Amino acid sequence: MNPDETLLAVDGLGITFVNGNTRVEATSDIGFAIAPGERVGIVGESGCGKTITGLSLLGLLPPATTIVAGTAMFEGENLIGLPMSRMRHVRGRKISMIFQEPMSALDPVFTIGQQIGETIRTHFSATKAEARERAVAALESVGIPSPERVHDSYPHQLSGGMRQRAMIAIALVCEPRLLIADEPTTALDVTIQAQIIDLLLAQSARSGTALLFITHDLGVVAETCTRMLTMYAGEIVEDAPVDSALVRPRHPYTSGLLRSLPRLSARGAVLPSIAGRVPDLRDMPRGCRFAERCGHRRAECAQAQVLEEADGHRVRCWRQSELVLPGALTEREAAA
Amino acid sequence: MLANHPRLRMVGRRLAQIVPVIVLATFIVFGLLKLVPGDVAATLAGEYATDERVAQIRVAYGLDQPFLVQYWHWLWNAAHLDLSRSFMSNEPVLDQILHRFPTTLLLVFCALLISLSVGVPLGILAATRVGSRVDVAVTSIASFGVALPSFWLAMILVATFSLSLGWFPATGAVRWSVDPRLAVWYAVLPAVALAAGGMAEVVRQLRSALIEVLASQYVRTLYAKGLSPTAILWKHGLKNVAVTLLTVIGLLTSRLLGGAVVIEAVFAIPGMGSMVVRAAIVKDFPVVQGVVFAMVILVIAINMVIDVLYTLVDPRVALK
Ligand SMILES: Nc1ncnc2c1ncn2[C@@H]1O[C@H](COP(=O)(O)OP(=O)(O)O)[C@@H](O)[C@H]1O
Ligand code: SF4
Ligand SMILES: [Mg+2]
Repeated sequence: MNPDETLLAVDGLGITFVNGNTRVEATSDIGFAIAPGERVGIVGESGCGKTITGLSLLGLLPPATTIVAGTAMFEGENLIGLPMSRMRHVRGRKISMIFQEPMSALDPVFTIGQQIGETIRTHFSATKAEARERAVAALESVGIPSPERVHDSYPHQLSGGMRQRAMIAIALVCEPRLLIADEPTTALDVTIQAQIIDLLLAQSARSGTALLFITHDLGVVAETCTRMLTMYAGEIVEDAPVDSALVRPRHPYTSGLLRSLPRLSARGAVLPSIAGRVPDLRDMPRGCRFAERCGHRRAECAQAQVLEEADGHRVRCWRQSELVLPGALTEREAAA
Repeated sequence: MLANHPRLRMVGRRLAQIVPVIVLATFIVFGLLKLVPGDVAATLAGEYATDERVAQIRVAYGLDQPFLVQYWHWLWNAAHLDLSRSFMSNEPVLDQILHRFPTTLLLVFCALLISLSVGVPLGILAATRVGSRVDVAVTSIASFGVALPSFWLAMILVATFSLSLGWFPATGAVRWSVDPRLAVWYAVLPAVALAAGGMAEVVRQLRSALIEVLASQYVRTLYAKGLSPTAILWKHGLKNVAVTLLTVIGLLTSRLLGGAVVIEAVFAIPGMGSMVVRAAIVKDFPVVQGVVFAMVILVIAINMVIDVLYTLVDPRVALK
């Protein structure tokens, strides 16, 4: 990728948790890039390391028990190991993050307006009145019908959908370059989910904010993103344009995920989710981590791998060049 | 319109709850005193009195009446703010209480102030450095303080700071109305002895509440917004533990009032505690009942204030 077009370049990112004498490598060798305004999805089963990858970019993992390796270059600075004083100018200003549970992610004893206002006043010099004006405008821009009232409400007085809108307003009020959204719709009703996704798309398009969309729901990524990263057991196994991955995934795990997707699966045939279990973090195989569950396994798969690029996909599979795997859509459906 | 104010209505509802609590508490104490062996009439009549004289006195003080009638008389009079007279001194009980109340109140207030002004900073210090040496030290001190008997600490304090160093008086008290500075000076040692357990309780409660808040998801959001750790701790952390702090203050006040009984005895302080102890020994019912009555009202009043404060610090507490 042309470096001028890169907003964030992550390379060799690995997260290790230290607990006494035991060390657990939760993710390793994570590498990807995001262009300005691009919308990238991270998908994978629960526990594969999506959330901690997002948190590590903002230095939000508990410092005493975490070792983060690798680099994450953002506007000429390496976010990994960035001193607190500099990181504070990135957080909420250049890169924002929203979380799964809007109720527990908002401070229960401060009003929504206070929580937006303090974000503004942390990054800009603004009087209380100016901050209020901006906060109300931000609430209005995320589609909250009575922004003045919500401004003076406490989180518990709002519905789940309204809370997540408020959360988005807080995250976007300083017009960051990148928004990390960690399962922002998982805790919401289905109808509200669609509204929140539309809102994130609209906001991203309007302000040119890039989106890193973390989810275990491939359907959401298919609707939202231009590129998707598939994670498995702490590694990226495939990095591909969404359109291409939906039709012809290159990694057996991506293919399995796509085929177990009821909404997109061809002719309504609901396929069972992938059989087998994720290997234990403390006992990772040296070769392909997916091998135990993979129907295409061969002896060579036990050797250590790297991500290899072909046809715009980066894939961590020994057999990617020979396998032709089914996606969620056939070529014909995709064209239609 | 004022009568409809939710906070006022809450106070009104609380006042209605007071009556049964007072009746129950004083009834139990009355009953317990009756169970204690010994005849108060014989004590009042003196060592060499005739049986006749004892019987006269029993009638004169209404002690020949059935238990329930005696209690009813007391309650009826108390409802009219007449706490009757002490059997021993014949002084009106209400006057005695009003005379001694400020001394006890000053002691409890000083102890509360010490508990909070030492306990809150230590609790914050420990919670922001979980697992560090500071945290271990503070937590150990707190466990020790909870287990430490206050009379024992009182004796050590007296031995050190008054008998050896001569900084503070060993016993007695000065009334606030006589000389406020002297009153505080006299109250220091007893208040410290009384406060130790309370301080330890404040540290423990505040530490665990603050640790929970600082590990919460909304604090993670605050970091993600770019707030400084200082703003997160002092603005968001403290407001979120304020509810815990209020609860602790409520419990602590009742506990300190109870503890004052022992401490007043140790330091020979003429407060309500020493008064009730002496009265209980000689079965001076009106005095014991009067003090219990006053204590119950005080504790309820404090809890009422705290309930109102809850609604100010925590928007989730509905004004029902
Ligand atoms: N603070 C932590 N200490 C130790 N292990 C952690 C910590 N946070 C997350 N983990 C572990 O890291 C792995 C990845 O977690 P996470 O990123 O939350 O997964 P997900 O993909 O579901 O978001 C999990 O096995 C989890 O148990
Ligand atoms: S490397 Fe082998 S086992 Fe692993 S996904 Fe590819 S084919 Fe399957
Ligand atoms: Mg997660």
